[in-house]
Amino acid sequence: MALPYEFDYAKPASLQDVLVLLAEKGRGARILAGGTDLANELKQGFRVPDVLIDIKGLAELQKIEIRDQRLSIGALVTFSDIRLSGVIRDHAYVLYEAAGLVASPGVRNRATMVGNICSAVACMDSASPLLVHNAMVHCLSMEGERLVPVQKWFVDNRKTLIKEKELVTHVSIPLSSVKCAGAYQKMMRYTGEDLAAANVGVLLFADGRCHVAFGSVGPTPKRSAKLESHFKTKGVNKGSIEEACAMLPGIIKPISDVRASKEYRMHMTKVMLERAVIQAIDRLKVPTLIRG
Amino acid sequence: MKKISFSLNGEQRFVYITPNEILLDVLRYKMGTKSPKCGCDTGDCGACTILLNGKAVRSCLIFAVEVESQDIVTLEGISRDGLTPLQKALIEHNAFQCGYCAPGMILSATELINSNPHPGEEEIKEAISGNLCRCTGYQPVIDAIKHATKKH
Repeated sequence: MALPYEFDYAKPASLQDVLVLLAEKGRGARILAGGTDLANELKQGFRVPDVLIDIKGLAELQKIEIRDQRLSIGALVTFSDIRLSGVIRDHAYVLYEAAGLVASPGVRNRATMVGNICSAVACMDSASPLLVHNAMVHCLSMEGERLVPVQKWFVDNRKTLIKEKELVTHVSIPLSSVKCAGAYQKMMRYTGEDLAAANVGVLLFADGRCHVAFGSVGPTPKRSAKLESHFKTKGVNKGSIEEACAMLPGIIKPISDVRASKEYRMHMTKVMLERAVIQAIDRLKVPTLIRG
Repeated sequence: MKKISFSLNGEQRFVYITPNEILLDVLRYKMGTKSPKCGCDTGDCGACTILLNGKAVRSCLIFAVEVESQDIVTLEGISRDGLTPLQKALIEHNAFQCGYCAPGMILSATELINSNPHPGEEEIKEAISGNLCRCTGYQPVIDAIKHATKKH
């Protein structure tokens, strides 16, 4: 029936009220958005809160909008919202593609992208796309706004740079002035619920730059500067892709667990890297699309 | 105890709860609505699916306190005026055996049909993904949804 411990619940009507409550309760407060991770976590009793702060009353956190040449995605935007957003499809295609592979529609209808990067489980789907899109995490507290590049956000499995008393209000992605195209590849046993045993995000620019990020092959998702400079020097072509795949054992450190062995993960990450880069090359050729 | 009120299958209802109560349990044991079921209790299996403001969601991952003033429809609510064409097609296709996954399958497909009356096979598969069936193996479910939604 009820969970075996008690906590309070608050649903503030303004952002200011959320920040005041966060400042007051500190570590005892947990933010509740979609709750798909939080409910599971509380059922397991990892960390019992004093109060759940439900932010679903705050309309300003539901927005997907372009402001000052940045695409901004609010803390209440669900993966289903992302799949229905033409703006995200046009400016952050890797994220759009990944959102369609998160769990199942019944979870995507509730789970938020910001919640995904705040839970920061190593196999999350949002991280590789946000990494290749150079996203920025916007944290708000009574002291004001703090910006953290997503490249620095993830510290360890389930650990981020968020501070006590802070709320992530939104994530923003710079619009690219250079034409670009990307792809997301996810290794899973079946569609419709599985977590990624490994994933790869690629964003290729018409000027030759190629951003590459990996998830679920280490404690945190990561961009690879080594691969990116490899593609910069050698260009993006069949030969350089093969070389990149051969470099992977020096770049990622997968482990063996219940979902896959480290050898299988390593092999499949090579396969997915090749597929993602080739997809990005093909998509970049489509003349009418200017997609991030 | 906190009093919450919300629309359940078209009726305004209220119930006393504490914030640590899960919606699935409240629906089943306090409201007598037995179609959402507890399968995995972690959001993987779909047996606890309900429509919240028209969208299929996992009631095992929602706290009851969150649904104040919201609109909930369960399987009981979609067939109050008799079986829907989708349900009739599922029966004709012998789509279920034990029936444990049926409410989740039906509500997921109902959400799909409401926004997309003539879905393709891939769209059907995507919509019911995350509803785990251990009896009939999905194909008759897909066939029935196809049958119920084909253009005449």
